[in-house]
Amino acid sequence: MNILEINNLKKSFGKTEVLKDISFSLKKGEALSIIGSSGSGKTTLLRCLNFLETADSGKVFLNGDLLFDASDKKTYSERDIREKRLNFGLVFQSFNLFPQYNVLKNVTLAVELLRKDEMRGKQKAQIRAEIEQNARDIIGRVGLSAKINNYPCELSGGQQQRVAIARALALKPNILCFDEPTSALDPELTGEVLRVIRELKSDDTTMIIVTHEMEFAHNVSDKVIFMADGVIEEQGTPDEVFGNPKSDKTKAFLVKSLEQI
Amino acid sequence: MSFNGFAEQFPIVFAALNVGFLQTLKLFFVTLIGAIPLGLIISFGSMSRIKPLSGLVKVIVWVVRGTPLMLQLLIIYYGPGILLNNPIWGGGENGRFLASAVAFIINYACYFSEIYRGGIQGVPVGQNEAGLVLGMTKPQIFFKVTLLQMIKRIVPPMSNEIITLVKDTSLARIIALQEVIWAGQAFMKSSHGISGQLWPLFFTGVYYLIFSGVLTLLFGYIEKKMAYFKS
Repeated sequence: MNILEINNLKKSFGKTEVLKDISFSLKKGEALSIIGSSGSGKTTLLRCLNFLETADSGKVFLNGDLLFDASDKKTYSERDIREKRLNFGLVFQSFNLFPQYNVLKNVTLAVELLRKDEMRGKQKAQIRAEIEQNARDIIGRVGLSAKINNYPCELSGGQQQRVAIARALALKPNILCFDEPTSALDPELTGEVLRVIRELKSDDTTMIIVTHEMEFAHNVSDKVIFMADGVIEEQGTPDEVFGNPKSDKTKAFLVKSLEQI
Repeated sequence: MSFNGFAEQFPIVFAALNVGFLQTLKLFFVTLIGAIPLGLIISFGSMSRIKPLSGLVKVIVWVVRGTPLMLQLLIIYYGPGILLNNPIWGGGENGRFLASAVAFIINYACYFSEIYRGGIQGVPVGQNEAGLVLGMTKPQIFFKVTLLQMIKRIVPPMSNEIITLVKDTSLARIIALQEVIWAGQAFMKSSHGISGQLWPLFFTGVYYLIFSGVLTLLFGYIEKKMAYFKS
């Protein structure tokens, strides 16, 4: 069964149609890379999935159940949106760590706030310890155990992005989204972040990665979508899209992307 | 009876200046207590999406910041009596203090509002979005994520304004509020049996220096406390 199914998603800003009828699906444990030039709608698509933007029309199904229907959007309360949104995690291009908290607190804060109601009386210390242990494990997975008490300003860009990944993982989202996770990094730091993302790949972790790293998209993902002007111009396995592109736009984009390297 | 030697004059002048400085301090603290929250309300007004409201608030802020505080003091103190034939402040020192406090609170609230606006708008949008995607509620985002970043941003400009306020309180002298400058000046004519002395007026500077020095240290301490993170 598909973990995620998106049907006919549309989004305009004013008169500019940014997403024109986007439909695709994803199976559990798959990694999907979305490629395409700037302004093609990739980021807007991710932001719609995370409810930072509200789609004008279209439906989103999660594990076969209707999660979002744009025609019902007026009936969703802020609380509904918050609950729906927790199915997705988002790692931003610019990290957006909380500067006043250390690495551990960045990872635990949202979980503690979500479980606030459980944290009463005797259970409080136990739950807090559990949250912290879980955070320590995740921080270990992204290779930053040594930096657990450091503040974001004391970390390199690559380290900050790895904390941001840990922070998103701590909420155990069904689908983890990455919005150009390495675009704000110096070239020598992109490797460590891409390696962490690659290591996350497992049967349990479903990922959507908007990226300009063609090699990464080719080697790591199970599925590639090429977007141009708000539509999915081409989709398929990495070998199909990179090795044997059918659309002229895809060919032109790939040629240009390779020229830059 | 007259006192001619400095040693004789000093204790008398010191006591009189202390009484004046107490009034200075009172005006200072009352202004802060009023202007800090009022400034927040004004800053929300000027950031409002309701255009007529934000426009009106911006005009008020422009007028208050664009005219001298001394003029505002005179208008607020004498205006009701002269223009409306209704001297609302009453006579005496209490009336002068009330009028001064109102003028100072309005004036400083307008300055503070612009500082708050800068602090609020200076926190990157990404902080709010990060809170949202992590499932936080809007109040949680404000109190747990953005508030401290705003405070860190506004401390340096606020400390600047507040130290200016220490010295601006002397403007209330224009409506004869009996603050420390008024008390010092009184010795030029005659006060407490001392007449024709200029040094008490000059000596008031010491009070301002000590008080602004204490505030400088205090704000330096607060800034240092928040230096552990960059935003």
